[in-house]
Amino acid sequence: MDSMAFVMGCSAIGAGLAIFASIGAGIGQGMAAGRAIESIARQPESRGTVMTTLFISCAIIETTAIYGLIISLILLMANPFVGQLQ
Amino acid sequence: MDLINKNLAPLFEVFGRPVYLTQSLLSTWIVMAVLILFAIFVRIRLSSFSPVPSGFQNFIEFAVDTVDGMVKSMMGDGFGSLGGYFFSIFAFILVSNYTALLGMRPPTSDLSTTLALALSSVGIMHFLGVSRHGGRYFKEYFEPVWAFFPMHLIEELTKPISLSFRLFGNILGGVIIFELVYELFPLPLRFAIPSFLHAYFDLFVGALQAYIFTVLSMTFIRQKASAD
Repeated sequence: MDSMAFVMGCSAIGAGLAIFASIGAGIGQGMAAGRAIESIARQPESRGTVMTTLFISCAIIETTAIYGLIISLILLMANPFVGQLQ
Repeated sequence: MDLINKNLAPLFEVFGRPVYLTQSLLSTWIVMAVLILFAIFVRIRLSSFSPVPSGFQNFIEFAVDTVDGMVKSMMGDGFGSLGGYFFSIFAFILVSNYTALLGMRPPTSDLSTTLALALSSVGIMHFLGVSRHGGRYFKEYFEPVWAFFPMHLIEELTKPISLSFRLFGNILGGVIIFELVYELFPLPLRFAIPSFLHAYFDLFVGALQAYIFTVLSMTFIRQKASAD
C-alpha cells in the first residue's frame, strides 16, 4: 500500500477518534444544567445568578471538547505526519 | 469547499518570510474601521447629549452602564478604570463574530487574533498582580509548599491557551459547519434552511462567546489582583 495513503487514512481515523473527547463534555454540561434547573425550581428568585454561573461553567466544561475538535482539525488540515514522509 | 484561511496578497517580508493579507486579516481591518468610525461618531454626538436621555443616547448609556456594572459586580472596587478595556474587547469580539453573517471570514476564526486577545488579558493580569501585590504575587507560586511551583506554573501557562482555544474552536467550528451545510443543500434550499443554523451558531454562540471571554478575563484579573 502507498505509505502516503496509509498515513492520511490513519489521520482521518484519528481525527474521528479525537471527537470522542466531547462525550465527557456532553455528560458534564447535562449534569450542570440539570442541577441549575433544580436550584432555580427551589429558589426562583436566584434565576439571574444561577443562569450566569451556568453559562460560565458550561463554557469551561466545553473546553475539553474544544481541545478534541482542535486536535482533529490539526489532523485534517495541517497534518504533521504527512510532512515527515517527504 | 474553502475551509482554509486563504492568502489574498503578499504584504511585506519579515526575515525573508512573506507575510500575507489573509481573509481574516481583511475582515479584522473592516471590523476595526467600523468600530473606530462608530466611536468617532459617538464622540461627536457626545457634545449634544442632554441630561434627559432619549433614543440613541439611551442605547449608548445602557451599553456603557452594563459593562461598568459587570466590572463592579464581578471584580469589586478598584477596577473601575478597566471598564474601557473590557468594553473594547467585548465589542471587538461581538462584531467579529457577527461578520460571519455577512459572509466574511470572522477574525476570531484565526488563532492569531484570539491568542493576541488572550495574551493581552493575561498580560494585564500579571502586570496588575505585580504592581498591586509586589512580593506577595511571587509568594503565591510557592503556596502551600515550594513543591507546588510546577503546578502553579502549568496553571498560568494554560490560562491563555484555554482562553484563546475556546473562542477559536467555537467560531471555527461554526465556519466549518456552514461550509459543509452550504455544500450539502441544493441552491434553492440554501436560502431557507441555513438561516436557522445562522441564528444559533452566529447570533447566539457569537454573543455567548464574547460574553464568556470578557467574564473569564474579569475573573482571572480579579483572582490575581484583588485587594483581599
